[in-house]
Amino acid sequence: MTEFIQQLINGISVGSIYALIALGYTMVYGIIKLINFAHGDVYMLGAFAGLYATAVLKMSFVPAMLVSMVACAILGIVIERLAYRPLRNAPKIVILITAIGVSLLLEYTTMYFLGPQPRAFPEVFKQVSYPLFGGKVTVSNRELLIIVVTVILMVLLQYIVHNTKIGKAMRAVSYDMQAARLMGINVDTTISITFAIGSALAAAAGVLVGIYYNKVWPLMGIMFGLKAFVSAVLGGIGIIPGAMTGGLILGITESLVSGYGSSLYRDPVAFVILIIILLVKPSGLFGKNVREKV
Amino acid sequence: MKWMLKNWLTKENLTATVLLLVLMFGVQTLYSAELISPFVMLNLIIIAINIILAVSLNLVVGFTGQFSIGHAGFMALGAYASAIMTLNFNAPFIVSLLVGAVVAGIGGILIGIPTLRLKGDYLAIATLGLAEIIRGVITNIDYLGGAYGLMGITQRTNWLWAFGSMVVTVIVIKNFVQSSHGRACISVRENEIAAEAMGINTTRYKVLAFTMGSFFAGIGGALLAHYITFIEPNAFNFLKSFDILVMVVLGGQGSITGSVVAAIVLTLISTFLQSLAELRLIIYAIILILVMLFRPQGLLGTHELSFKLFQRKRGVSHGSHSADA
Repeated sequence: MTEFIQQLINGISVGSIYALIALGYTMVYGIIKLINFAHGDVYMLGAFAGLYATAVLKMSFVPAMLVSMVACAILGIVIERLAYRPLRNAPKIVILITAIGVSLLLEYTTMYFLGPQPRAFPEVFKQVSYPLFGGKVTVSNRELLIIVVTVILMVLLQYIVHNTKIGKAMRAVSYDMQAARLMGINVDTTISITFAIGSALAAAAGVLVGIYYNKVWPLMGIMFGLKAFVSAVLGGIGIIPGAMTGGLILGITESLVSGYGSSLYRDPVAFVILIIILLVKPSGLFGKNVREKV
Repeated sequence: MKWMLKNWLTKENLTATVLLLVLMFGVQTLYSAELISPFVMLNLIIIAINIILAVSLNLVVGFTGQFSIGHAGFMALGAYASAIMTLNFNAPFIVSLLVGAVVAGIGGILIGIPTLRLKGDYLAIATLGLAEIIRGVITNIDYLGGAYGLMGITQRTNWLWAFGSMVVTVIVIKNFVQSSHGRACISVRENEIAAEAMGINTTRYKVLAFTMGSFFAGIGGALLAHYITFIEPNAFNFLKSFDILVMVVLGGQGSITGSVVAAIVLTLISTFLQSLAELRLIIYAIILILVMLFRPQGLLGTHELSFKLFQRKRGVSHGSHSADA
């Protein structure tokens, strides 16, 4: 039982990270129906920006995370403008291939300049472990940090999406882009802001992972990005609460599988979940079925 | 039979056959005479294998319009199955090769039936996920060498095998695409709902194309395993699938000759950039983005290069000249 609780705690902290990244996928998909393959790499660059801010600029945690979030928000806008905007009316496959191209470009450009080896993330917080249940279960302050930051960011996101003008514009564009444009909403700006918010959340996740695992490397975004995408699909892509739930479910499942089974099965299990959900309920846990009209 | 032979015996087919035979045995003879260095030979064989992979993926992505990014998974099935046949059962090469292809083909059927119900992005992610699952499962099986892979596979792939397999792959896929089944696949790409309304069993043709694509990917994997004599799960990761996809996209989705040309060009580029692995992928990524932004149909689109095309081109230009005059 204590083993179970321990795995649950690990699962929730990793799941929070997945949820943060998944939000970017799901928001972008919700608004322009694009799987932004490069999103995982924005997360990776966010981690590197955090590394730079803490190791070189000697910032403490909160400013470092903010710097990284702003940097990635700008990066997200630039990617959208240069690579995706010219293709807005192109066939889906063309945009998808472009997204894969952008993803590789970010990965290998980073690798070219910084080398493939992992870099140590400076210890921003001294690790403290709090024993629970008579010391059989431990929670570290890093895990608590991840969970707290995730909750704050998600509350903030919910506020932006539901209580601000730009959030209303985002929802309108996602509902019907043409009608939103006719109502005087600046669709291009709204899409840019969606990319900015999604990328900023990914950057926050990157910094948190850097602190949690103590290292960052150029290809760290591939697996995390794919799993975050699985989380988004699991919860129902395009649905914000779905991405949060999906991330947590995936994180917990993975922890339990590596805790009770083999850690080598941790990666395949995410994809097994993906295949099952795509076959059983492709619209995701929170999604509604939409019938295809001819 | 006689009728078929007569149909086949056209000037073009004869020229092509003679050219291919000259290329096949000419290169081998030059290699035996040490006029072609082992390094050049290595690249020629890799080019042949890449052509097999690109053309087989083109059948799925280009002709049938099913966006699969898990081709390396089927390569892995072919490579491992054939390597096991050679290592543990001492099978002749042709048997290993066919077992590899059949295992990959069966994998294609098993994976294709459930996943091909999905469309577009979802299919892409599902195929990517399944390729990762294949890799993950192989990593977890000790019989297959786990994460360390299999070593000491007898080197059996030579130019004759690689080139021969390539020619067979290209001819089979070309003829399939030009058959009524191939037309059905193309109709699925053009408009699935319309194709279904015309009475085409779209699921059947999607699975058929996917299975054929996997079968030949298996051959490609088996040839590769018996050439480099060493395979590991990580050799068949997402990047490998991506490499093949770039060839298809660059050459033109729906153009066999396009895939052939792109496979040759990209293999040569990657050879020249071998010492700079990261730079190679940066260049690949930039090529891919630029092609998508400025020429999304690829270099050749759905056109094919052929002797006929050149003749027709000339004819057209003559025509326009006379019109000017």
